[in-house]
Amino acid sequence: MTQSLSSKSTSGTTRRTRHVSLGDRLASWIPKLVVSPTLLITLIFVYGFVIWTAVLSFTNSRILPRYDFVGWDNYVRLFANERWMVALKNLGVYAFLFIAICLIIGLLMAILLDQRIRAEGALRTIYLYPMALSFIVTGTVWKWMLNPQVGLEQFMISLGWESFRFDWIVNPDFSIYTVVIAAVWQSSGFVMALFLAGLRGVDDSIIKAAQIDGASPITIYTRIIIPSLRPVFFSAFIMLAHIAIKSFDLALALTGGGPGISSDLPAIFMFQFSFNRGQMGIGAASAMIMLLGIVAILVPFLYSELRVKKDD
Amino acid sequence: MTNKRYAEITGRSILYAILAIMALYYLLPLMLMITTSFRSMDEIRLGQLIAWPETWTAEAWRLAWSEAQIGARSERGLKPYFINSIIMVIPAVTISTVIGALNGYVLSFWKFKGANLFFGMMLFGCFLPFQAILLPQAMVLGKLGISGSIVGLIFTHVVYGIAFTTLFFRNYYVTIPGELIKAAQLDGAGFWRIFWRIILPLSTPILVVSVIWQFTQIWNDFLFGVSFSDPSSQPVTVGLNNLVNSSTGERRYNVDMAGAIIAALPTLAVYVIAGKYFVRGLTAGSVKG
Repeated sequence: MTQSLSSKSTSGTTRRTRHVSLGDRLASWIPKLVVSPTLLITLIFVYGFVIWTAVLSFTNSRILPRYDFVGWDNYVRLFANERWMVALKNLGVYAFLFIAICLIIGLLMAILLDQRIRAEGALRTIYLYPMALSFIVTGTVWKWMLNPQVGLEQFMISLGWESFRFDWIVNPDFSIYTVVIAAVWQSSGFVMALFLAGLRGVDDSIIKAAQIDGASPITIYTRIIIPSLRPVFFSAFIMLAHIAIKSFDLALALTGGGPGISSDLPAIFMFQFSFNRGQMGIGAASAMIMLLGIVAILVPFLYSELRVKKDD
Repeated sequence: MTNKRYAEITGRSILYAILAIMALYYLLPLMLMITTSFRSMDEIRLGQLIAWPETWTAEAWRLAWSEAQIGARSERGLKPYFINSIIMVIPAVTISTVIGALNGYVLSFWKFKGANLFFGMMLFGCFLPFQAILLPQAMVLGKLGISGSIVGLIFTHVVYGIAFTTLFFRNYYVTIPGELIKAAQLDGAGFWRIFWRIILPLSTPILVVSVIWQFTQIWNDFLFGVSFSDPSSQPVTVGLNNLVNSSTGERRYNVDMAGAIIAALPTLAVYVIAGKYFVRGLTAGSVKG
């Protein structure tokens, strides 16, 4: 960490012994004035609004906010709500698979790309471009690709594989997995980019030494390189978990949460209960649970960050 | 020895094969979008989605852009939505980047008591799930009289984009040696002069990263767009979603796909032109600055 210059309340100019003029005093306040709008915005729109949402979650607000407090009632009703439990269970399945597959594909692709490949730049571009797309676009494309009447299933049948079936998107037992497929398609290239940056940062001399000792390439990867990528795993995990918990537009565009509620997710639940069903209290409670989930993931991350800084 | 050489060639072939298959997995949806958007509905009806166009026609593009009935709007096609997105994205990106640059400048070179705490508090804004602020924001936009308007969307994107832009600039500026600033101060240069003359000329790469990141985020946003806009101010992502899910009559896959490309083109173009900076923006948040 580079320590930047800290100028304490004076603008640091070497002043001869004269009165501190109004101009100088003003100058020393400029930096604080410049950041004050942001401070205000952060306090109100981030922290204030989170508290406001928390307050709403303890009221019986419906279409409009009402400030009659009902204690934990909304939370009790939320967890008694079958749809919410489906959404939570879906999030568990989806987040686990999405994160695991992205990490595996991302790491493998990064290792393969790191073998002094021709056209590496072109391949990197191809693997990463989905990150530039909106989740709505991704959802739209995969919606028709996975559609059994017209998409992949028909294509396979037309190739002569008459018995080929791939109807997950219309099958309540499997619909959540199609959200995983599309989400992995969108985000795995990004994880690859993270790992690739990490691989390029591995100290060559250790690898050279291991090679001289006659270690096989596989040993070098499993014993030396991959363990040294631990911080990358960590930050990739945080990013992916964050994407997963917030997932909203992709599932909405792809399956609309359906068939039925089979691919519902907390973010869709929150939106619909808050805006379409006039259940603001329950919507606010579900938002707080989502926030708790993200905070629970962030705290260990921040803790490790701060600890690293002390070591520096 | 020939055996070893043989194994090496086999290994390389397998490696390239895997890379090519993966490339296909990523490219297939894009190919499908492009080919389908140039086919006629008659052709798709007779066959299926995944096929090479027999005759290329831009009819679906015309329909998606200016003819398709989306919802109950009098204006047709994605065009008005696309224009909304442009009107929204330019000021939102500009304002949030300028504020982020100034914040980063202060947090790196003009530290005050509690600057680090302030920065730490802001960082939480990068991880905030927007569901946790959606309801109050809807009420406040209503109170300010800008709900359902592009101005309200711009305001929202600026407010929740500042955390990211500040993070970019601050992490970039702390790598600039403080001596530069000290020397300028000895010469009597003040806060603004140092920013204009010394810091800003050094900021080009991070400016590009910030602009691209914000542009991509705001252009692709759906949650704020669908929560805080009315039909006259909806951005293109909402327009596309309405187009695909407005279930009147026959599903027109070619129009949907053309619409998807229209919605994706600006961010794809930015990615192709300045991919390096795009990736830097993506990794800036996850790699310690």
